[in-house]
Amino acid sequence: MMMRCEILTLALGRSRLILIFYRYSCSKCFYDSCRPGGALKAIGGRCMFWQQFWQQLVNGVTLGSTYALIALGYTMVYGIIQLINFAHGEVYMIGAFTGLIMVTVYKVNFIIAILAAMLVCVPLAILMERIAYRPLRKSTRLAPLISALGVSIFLQTLVTLIKGGPNPLAFPQVIQDTVYVLGPVRFSTVQVLILVMASLLMVFLQFTVKYTKIGKAMRATSEDYEAASLMGINVNRVVSFTFAVGAALAGAGGVLVGMYFNSIHPFMGVSVGLKAFCAAVLGGIGSIPGAMLGGIFLGIAEVMGVAAGFDTYKEAIAFGLLIIVLLFKPTGLLGLPIQRKV
Amino acid sequence: MLLAVENLAVSYGGIQALRGISFTVEEGEVVTLVGANGAGKSTTLKTICGLVRPQAGTISYQDETINKVAPHQIVSRGISQVPEGRRVFTRLTVLENLEMGAYTRNKQETRQSLENVFERFPRLKEREHQLAGTLSGGEQQMLAIGRALMSRPRLLLLDEPSMGLAPMLVREIFSIITEINRSGMTVLLVEQNANMALSIAKRAYVLETGQIVLSGTATEMARNKEVRKAYLGE
Repeated sequence: MMMRCEILTLALGRSRLILIFYRYSCSKCFYDSCRPGGALKAIGGRCMFWQQFWQQLVNGVTLGSTYALIALGYTMVYGIIQLINFAHGEVYMIGAFTGLIMVTVYKVNFIIAILAAMLVCVPLAILMERIAYRPLRKSTRLAPLISALGVSIFLQTLVTLIKGGPNPLAFPQVIQDTVYVLGPVRFSTVQVLILVMASLLMVFLQFTVKYTKIGKAMRATSEDYEAASLMGINVNRVVSFTFAVGAALAGAGGVLVGMYFNSIHPFMGVSVGLKAFCAAVLGGIGSIPGAMLGGIFLGIAEVMGVAAGFDTYKEAIAFGLLIIVLLFKPTGLLGLPIQRKV
Repeated sequence: MLLAVENLAVSYGGIQALRGISFTVEEGEVVTLVGANGAGKSTTLKTICGLVRPQAGTISYQDETINKVAPHQIVSRGISQVPEGRRVFTRLTVLENLEMGAYTRNKQETRQSLENVFERFPRLKEREHQLAGTLSGGEQQMLAIGRALMSRPRLLLLDEPSMGLAPMLVREIFSIITEINRSGMTVLLVEQNANMALSIAKRAYVLETGQIVLSGTATEMARNKEVRKAYLGE
């Protein structure tokens, strides 16, 4: 046991040392590693590893911030009405398709395509809540969940029918893709765009929830639905608003992912939706910062896992990680402790 | 007549919580509903606020029937409730809790209400930016009352304000309620602590398993033998 600890400390110490070394002499090291042979080969190998590490970290954060955008919708809706909106992935998918139509048919700028996707997703989600969830609010908790699955299948089928088949469509390149090099890391324009857009949206969301009147009402409603209505808060309006905000983020996420992977299909919401849901649970469902953290954490884990050679298990990484985290922290990373009423 | 409840019946699932109760509250009064656990006191208040839909009967406020009005609209009509168990928003700050109380009011009215509440409860002013969950029980009760006052109601409903508080704090809370009433607000008070409730109320109704079994002025009630036996521990 003691020996293992020592080795661990040594390993930690060494990696920290390398990290520091790497920070200060990175670019030089990067070129050295390209030189065949020589005394520097050993260090060069390590450098390749770290160069890969930083690159994958950036890729992971990019992917993760799209998960985070979608996870926020799950977590906010759950926070208010304790419903897992399984049709949320489909909102994201419809956002992607709206974006595609905007850039191919109307040939608009991608910013306008993102805004249009948000504008389409917002009424869609509000309508979804009105028709499929609100009438079931006072029934058992399972009923709206089943209804959500129904909405999800309905939307997938609808888009498949309109599009005429389940095969993927190519998302055209809408921006000049330049590669920027920053130290050891290469960024593509789309990656920068995703990172900037996702951060802007999340900052905006945090601001709304923290400082605006409706945001405070959201927090109050999520803590105590009944007490909130006793304050004169129209809780139905708060619920609609929550769905709207979640949908706007998912719609934007859909277009961004379409641009990133250049391909979209009617069932794209299923796996991403499930992973975003995992991210929300991982971060602590109901917690907004939790969803952001969970999304980014999951994105990094997935990309790193693939880079480490587990690409066959790509889809399993998110769920495996979820199981491990929940074993040790059942309420998620930033989840509130479970409250028991006496 | 500010509030008139007539033949109000409420049931949850198959359980009959209220079996046709009638009572009135006049402008400027403190009226109390006393009774044991499960007598239907909280249900009465929840029904007045629109959280529970009545099965039969009417609730009229300022000569208008409000049976089918949504809870948030009832607040803007001037009825405000301090719910049982305080129910402050623990993850919001004291200030944010108070702001929520004034949700139906505009900015200027909110600012004025805030000044009034801070004047009445200086301790809340001191703890303005603290999370409500970190307050003590007594402070939370003050916050719950302050929050209900923020909407400037004409009728204030209080559900068990003495619950879980030390005797000294109970006296403090009750003297605050008396003060609030003196400033012109009508109060409908639900209490298990019949002693305290009868000491500040003008009239009282005794509720037993969903029915009003006795009613009269508070002094009469406090002298009534049955009441003394059942609720005042004699």
